[in-house]
Order: sequence, then structure tokens, then C-alpha cells
Amino acid sequence: MTELSQAAISGLLLGSIYALVAVGLTLIFGVMDIVNFAHGDFLMAAMYITFFLWLYGRLDPLVSIPLAAAGIAILGVVVYAVLIRRVLKGPVLSQIIVTFGLLVFMRGMAQVLFTANTRGIPDPLVGPVRLVFGGVVAGGAQLTAAVGAILCTALVYLLLTRTELGSAINAVAEDADAARLMGIDPNRIHMLTWAVAGASVGVAGALLMNFFPVTPEIGAGFGLVAFVVVSMGGFGSLQGAFLAGLAMGVIQDVVGLFQPAYGFAAIFALYLLIVMVRPQGFFGTR
Amino acid sequence: MAVVGLLLLVYPFLVKDAFWQNVAVLALVSASAAAAWNLLGGFTGQVSFGHSIFYGTGAYTTGFLLVRFGLSPWVGMAAGCLLAVVLGVVIGFPVFRLRSHYFSIATIAMQQVIFIIVVNTPALGSATGIELPIRDASLANLQFSTRDLLPYHMIALALLAVSSLAIWLFMQGKAGTYVRAIRDDEEVARAMGVPVRRYKLYALALSAAITSLAGSYYGMYSLFIDPNVVLSLNLSIAIVLIGVLGGAGSLWGPLVGAWVLQIIQEETRVRLSGAGNAFDLVIYGLLVMLIAVVEPAGLVGIGRRIGRRLPARLRMGSR
Repeated sequence: MTELSQAAISGLLLGSIYALVAVGLTLIFGVMDIVNFAHGDFLMAAMYITFFLWLYGRLDPLVSIPLAAAGIAILGVVVYAVLIRRVLKGPVLSQIIVTFGLLVFMRGMAQVLFTANTRGIPDPLVGPVRLVFGGVVAGGAQLTAAVGAILCTALVYLLLTRTELGSAINAVAEDADAARLMGIDPNRIHMLTWAVAGASVGVAGALLMNFFPVTPEIGAGFGLVAFVVVSMGGFGSLQGAFLAGLAMGVIQDVVGLFQPAYGFAAIFALYLLIVMVRPQGFFGTR
Repeated sequence: MAVVGLLLLVYPFLVKDAFWQNVAVLALVSASAAAAWNLLGGFTGQVSFGHSIFYGTGAYTTGFLLVRFGLSPWVGMAAGCLLAVVLGVVIGFPVFRLRSHYFSIATIAMQQVIFIIVVNTPALGSATGIELPIRDASLANLQFSTRDLLPYHMIALALLAVSSLAIWLFMQGKAGTYVRAIRDDEEVARAMGVPVRRYKLYALALSAAITSLAGSYYGMYSLFIDPNVVLSLNLSIAIVLIGVLGGAGSLWGPLVGAWVLQIIQEETRVRLSGAGNAFDLVIYGLLVMLIAVVEPAGLVGIGRRIGRRLPARLRMGSR
């Protein structure tokens, strides 16, 4: 029983990171119908930023959070300006393959620049903290990451629902041409959406670096889970992504408890089952 | 067309360098797989990121039947082909309910599940894969001397020719009109009475069969079936890259894409060892982004564009 609750708690902690990674993906899709296949690799870039700030600047991952967020936000804006803007009106095939090319490029670049070595931060500030509750242990790093992820997700949610920028983003998502008539520049909103999405995945990367080592391939696994989380929650739905993210973390760890090799496979199998029944996901509208 | 065919036919007689012979064989095999992907992704508009499932099916079936039961690789090829078609229909039936991005993501998920199952199955060699025995060099054994790759080249060329012919025939008939209509606008196609799901399944079945043949042949050529190669996400990526690079929805695209990709891969591997191993990825990534943004019709499209700019007299001469 303790083992099961331990797995469930670890899963929830991991799942909140999954949720935060998925936030940016679902946001971009909701606003402009583009799937960023390189999203996992944005996470990878954030982790490398955090790692090198620690290696050369002795900055703790917690201190690096705003820097990683800013770095990936800028990356998002550049990707939008250079690539996405040009394919938005183009054929669907271009829209699908452009970020796919970016994924291949980023993974290759990371290997060329940083080699395939696994790099981790052995002594993060929150490392020694441990929370024990009725025999269930939550590591400080995981706990910090989860709290940070939930806070950041909530922040994006508030941004979208309570601010003028949020209303403008929603207006563009609803109908870009109508928004233009209301005096909103869709191009600027798209760019800001990429910035917000980049910043959120940047935060996720810095948090994750507390307990998860980085390799050039790290984006493959996390990216895949993010697609699954977003498809399950319904593309464009923030609440859906959040709940699906938590659920995926729990499923992975609980199944992994009984069948260690199949924890990751369970996520995909469950996803396939669910989208067959409800192709638009739990909270999706289309 | 005849010129390209002739060039590929005489290539192994003229080129005796082992490096370039190997490049040619691999390019022909991957061109077949990419042509198969192109039928589904380029012509039918269903972008699959899971085609290594079918490549792996071919390679594993052939290898398993050979090692376990001593069956001829030709039997293995046929069995793999059949299994790939069945698998394609079983996967495609539910997955084709999903559209564009959803479809692409579902194919990745499928590929992951199958990969994890295979690397955890001891009968299929788990994570190490299956090593094939070296047997007498003969057509029946589908093994030849590796000193001159001429026979390997010829069979790979035959494979590509048969695959291309099958795809061309498919696209000539009613099926071709239907799948193009599905690609252009699924709703409109449905409204006009095209049985959308059935024709997507036909395209997938043929695509799976050809991809499986390429996988079987690759397995026999390399004599080692490594799940991290024949069943990997990276292979799925490579297949899409070749299709897109050459030109999605063009019959020539896969052949052009496969040569360019193979040359980049082998050249970077030779010139830049170690960390340079991933340099080919950097180049592919740049090329694909460039093609998506500048010319979605790929290298074949760029070639056509240049052709149109040439003065009319020159163009006539080149025909």
C-alpha cells in the first residue's frame, strides 16, 4: 500500500512537470493551429541553459528560472518570426514538417555542441530537503519542481483569463480576421503567444534540472508525453492539459511499479485507446 | 526517366569503390521506403511519423523465420509483407478517425508502443535484436559476396522499380483520383461520395507492404536486425525526411531525397568523426525547414522552378 501511494505521489510530482511542458504546446495550438514538434527540444535547450549557468556561474537552478524562461521566450519569438509566420498561410504539410525540421536541427546541434554525454547538477539547493508523510517520501527537488510547475501553470491561466493580453490572445484564437478589425494585430499576438509558451517551457526546464540529467535526446521522451497530454486534454485546452499531465505522471509511475519496462508504454497505449473513443480529447471542442 | 533508369543500371558496373557502392545500395533501399511513405504522406496527405513499424515488421519477420525455422528470406519477405498489411489495416482502422496533427501524433504513439513491446520480447532478441547467419552466396539465400555489391545493387534497384511501378499504377486509377481528393479536402471528398476511410486504408496497405519489403531487404543486407535501427523513431524521421526533402507528392522525390540524404550522411560520417556524427542531423534539419518555408514541393520542385527560368531554347534542348 505504501509502495502504491509512493508511486502515486511520485507520479503526481512528475505529472505536474508534464503539465507545465504541455501548457506551451497547447497554447500555440489553440491560437494558431500549429503543433510545435520541437517543443520537447525547447525543454532540452532550457535544461542546457540551466546546466551551464550552474557549471560556469555557480547559479542554482532556482536562480536560473527567470534566465531560462527569458532565453526560451526569445527562442520562441525567433522561431515564430523566422519560420512559423511564413507557413501560417501555406499548405498543411509545410505546417507539420517545419517544426519537425527544427526538432532534427536542434537535436543535432545539441549533440555537436554539447556531445551526447549525460549532464546533471549533483547538489541543487533543494536537494537535501525531504518530506516524509506516513511512510511516503517526497524529495525536495521533485516537490519544488511540482510546486513551481503548478504556480507557473496557474500564472499562465490567470494571464489568459484575467488580463487584456489574455483577451486579445483569445480573440485572435477565435477569429484572427475579426480581431484585426477590432484593432488587434494578430501577428504581434502570435509572437507574444510564442514568447509565453517559450517562457513556460523554460521554467519547466529549469525546474526539471534540479533532479533530472540532460542529454541531447531528452526532448524526445518529454516531447512525446507533451503531445499525448495535449491530445488527451484536447488541443488548445489549458485545464485539459493540466489534468491530463497529472494523470499521465500517475499512470506512468503506478504501471511502472508493476511492470517497470512498460510505464512509458502505458501512457501511449492509454492515449490511443482514449482518442479512439473521443478524438477531440476530454476538453477539446473540435 | 529512361536516362535515370539507365544510369542506375550501369552504376555498379562503373563504380567499383566500396564506399560509393554501399551508398548506392542504401540510397535505393531507403528510396523504396520513402516512396511508400510518399504514397501516404505526399499523395494522400496523411503524414505518418511511424513508418518504422512496417520497416521493422519486414526486417523482424524475415530474420525471425530465417533464424528460428531456417526459412528462405524470400518466404520471410512475403510473410513480412502480409503481416505489415494486416498490421497496417489493424492500426489504420482506428487511427484514420483522426485528422492531420492528431493522426501524426497517434502514429508516433503507435511506434513507441510497438518498439517497447519488441525490445521486451526475448523471442525477438529483446534490446539486442537478431543476428543473421552468414550462408552461401546465392540468390536463393539472398546473400552475396560483399567484395562487389553488384548483385545487392541490382536487387535493390528491382525493388525500387517494382515499388515505384505499383505506386504509379495505384495513382493512375480511380484510387489515385480519390486519394488526391482526400488530401486536398477531406470534407469535400466525402461530400462528393469518396469512401474516405476505405481509400486511406488502401493507400496505407500498399505503403505498409512496400516499406516492409525495404525493411526485409535491409535486414538481409546488414545481416543484423537492430531494434534501435529498424524500429526506431529516428528511422521514421529519416523516412519522412527523404520524402519531404525530395518532394512530397512527386514520384521522383524519394529517389532524389534518398541520394542526397545518404551522401550527406556518409560524407559527414567520414569527414567529421566523433561529435561530427550528429552534423548530418543539423544539415537535414536546415534543409527541411528551408523546404517547408521556401518550396514545399522539395528538391524536385526547386529543380522544376530552375527549369522554368531557363531560356526556352535551352529547355527544349534538354528534353
